Amino acid sequence: MDLANFFIQLLNSVQYGLLLFLLAAGLTLIFGIMGVVNLAHGAFYMLGAYMAYALTAAWGNLALAIAAGTLLSVVFGWLLEKILFRHFYHRSHLDQVLLTFGLIYIFEELRSMLWGDDVHNVAVPALLDWSIQLTDTLSYPAYRLFMLAMCSALALALWFMISKTKLGMKIRAGAFNSDMAQSLGINIVRLHSLVFAMGVALAALSGMLISPLSSVYPHMGAQVLIMCFVVVVIGGIGSVRGALTAALLVGLVDTFGKVLLPQFASMLVYVLMALVLLYKPEGLFKQ
Amino acid sequence: MTSRRQLLTHSAAMVGAASSGWLLPAHAQNTKLRIGLMLPYTGTFTQLGVAIDNGFRMALQEAGGKVGGREIEFFKVDDESEPSKGVENASKLVQRDKVDVLIGTVHSGVQMGIHKVARETGVLSIIPNAGMHAATRALCAPNVFRTSFTNGQTTQALGKVMVDKGHKKAVWITWKYAAGDEAGEGFKQGFAAAGGTIVKELGLPFPNVEFQALLTEIASIKPDAVACFFSGGGASKFIRDYAAAGLAGKIPLYGSGFLTEGLLDDELAPAAQGIMTTLHYSASLATKRNDAFRLAYAKTYKMQPDVFAVQGYDAGLLLLQGAAAVNGDLSNKKALYAAMEGSVIDSPRGKWTMSKAHNPVQDMYLRVVKGKENVVLGVAAKALSDSGVGCKLG
Repeated sequence: MDLANFFIQLLNSVQYGLLLFLLAAGLTLIFGIMGVVNLAHGAFYMLGAYMAYALTAAWGNLALAIAAGTLLSVVFGWLLEKILFRHFYHRSHLDQVLLTFGLIYIFEELRSMLWGDDVHNVAVPALLDWSIQLTDTLSYPAYRLFMLAMCSALALALWFMISKTKLGMKIRAGAFNSDMAQSLGINIVRLHSLVFAMGVALAALSGMLISPLSSVYPHMGAQVLIMCFVVVVIGGIGSVRGALTAALLVGLVDTFGKVLLPQFASMLVYVLMALVLLYKPEGLFKQ
Repeated sequence: MTSRRQLLTHSAAMVGAASSGWLLPAHAQNTKLRIGLMLPYTGTFTQLGVAIDNGFRMALQEAGGKVGGREIEFFKVDDESEPSKGVENASKLVQRDKVDVLIGTVHSGVQMGIHKVARETGVLSIIPNAGMHAATRALCAPNVFRTSFTNGQTTQALGKVMVDKGHKKAVWITWKYAAGDEAGEGFKQGFAAAGGTIVKELGLPFPNVEFQALLTEIASIKPDAVACFFSGGGASKFIRDYAAAGLAGKIPLYGSGFLTEGLLDDELAPAAQGIMTTLHYSASLATKRNDAFRLAYAKTYKMQPDVFAVQGYDAGLLLLQGAAAVNGDLSNKKALYAAMEGSVIDSPRGKWTMSKAHNPVQDMYLRVVKGKENVVLGVAAKALSDSGVGCKLG
């Protein structure tokens, strides 16, 4: 592997890692603050991608579709938390797993009724439908660079919100000790609604952003869900910083594993997780 | 109370079963032929299951709706492409519905379940799609026939085509799962025999579609060509990423026909131009037989047939030929199997025969993507047979 290719692969890893981070950030917050094991997180990603498909088909504009889709998913997450999840915060993990596992089926069935079982493609917006020639054989799609920029911006915004704002302080307090936070006068009920809606929106947004690169297909949430849990476990439950580090780490191991050790590629990420669990059972960044 | 009620229902059921047995006519030919359809009617493979079902029924309708002179009755089970329910669903059809023949299925994992039941019970089994090698190799059985392909068969003919075009150094890329590995085996065999060398094998877990790292690697290796096995949603994504990475037009892409089959819509077609594939069928095959089939199918079902519909249709033709030879008495197994083994199927894909291991011996077409069609360039391999290695039949 020459230097140029090494850097391109590095770019690939960072881009994959940041997308994983957007997905895992919501999962780790919901897990850390409300203590809910949310298996339906992948389904939100799938719904996001289908929304991007349906709205782009209707309006012919991906940017508009993403804006509207994000708003819709915030509302959807807000309602879902009020109607359903709120009543499960103090139930056992088994109950939560059963609920969210059931939700996967419900969302898949809804998806099947609304959009069928076909595979769909979302066109890359004309503005970004070009490539940059990197080597004599390889071009880098502009949309991938755009996604890299979007994911970086979102990651930065998330970091800023969590570590520099008052709201972020409340969220961190909630993750650290929810009862204590409540007795200090933080409206924990509203905080929960907010964090949940944000988590759903982040998952849906990742699905929308990736839809022009990935095809839109049934059960597309299932495979990213497992990767998300790997990221959350490696990073430490509830830690956004941990999720970022872990996501980038997983991106690196996955990308270079595929190229350098193709026969072991599918297990390398899990080996990494096993090693982390062995030496740091609480994850890299324990809350 | 409960026990008495149980006793009553049990004995009633027993009497019922016994009497219905006595009421059965002595000659099997006078009863309806029971056909079990075990296909995916929900899930990702729904379209494939429906196409096979349509094709199969159409073949039977064209023959007057009778098989070997007997009326027919269908029993349907949705296999959901769920391997863990394979044995259970196949057993339902064989034990509960007492089907005379079982048609199914698409997914190779589910097929393993059907195959196990077929081998244990001896029920006639016709495979209209699943390409797993074992069914017509090491685990072949006298009562199991296939009307589709083996996974290796769809890639075996690629090698010679590529070397003839001067592409001697190739990268092979696929999903790491049974079908991908078997397609890889077929490709390697054909490519090596033609004098080509595989410079690198790349793979990713099924059904992962994050190809970017692998495409970067391909660009750095700069092989003469790339050969692959992908299908469905993953195939469409691979084609688009390949084009977006700037590889299309620079490093030619080859693959099993499932790479482009049924996927060429307005979105995908521009990225797919020039991709060459081998498959045992193409919608654009210009023969009278194919035209007639396509017209009839479109009239009956108000949609266009694909390769899966053809495989289902051929499953119907095969059953009709076998049953006709024994006048509908499927219990005359020796004569039935002999007739099916010796049958020549006049298929929309072209005439084909059965190998000793019960897999089609068929022409593989070379196709190129032009516009939104897989245009047939010619025959890549005439009467291509799977090796059937490990099968002791015949």
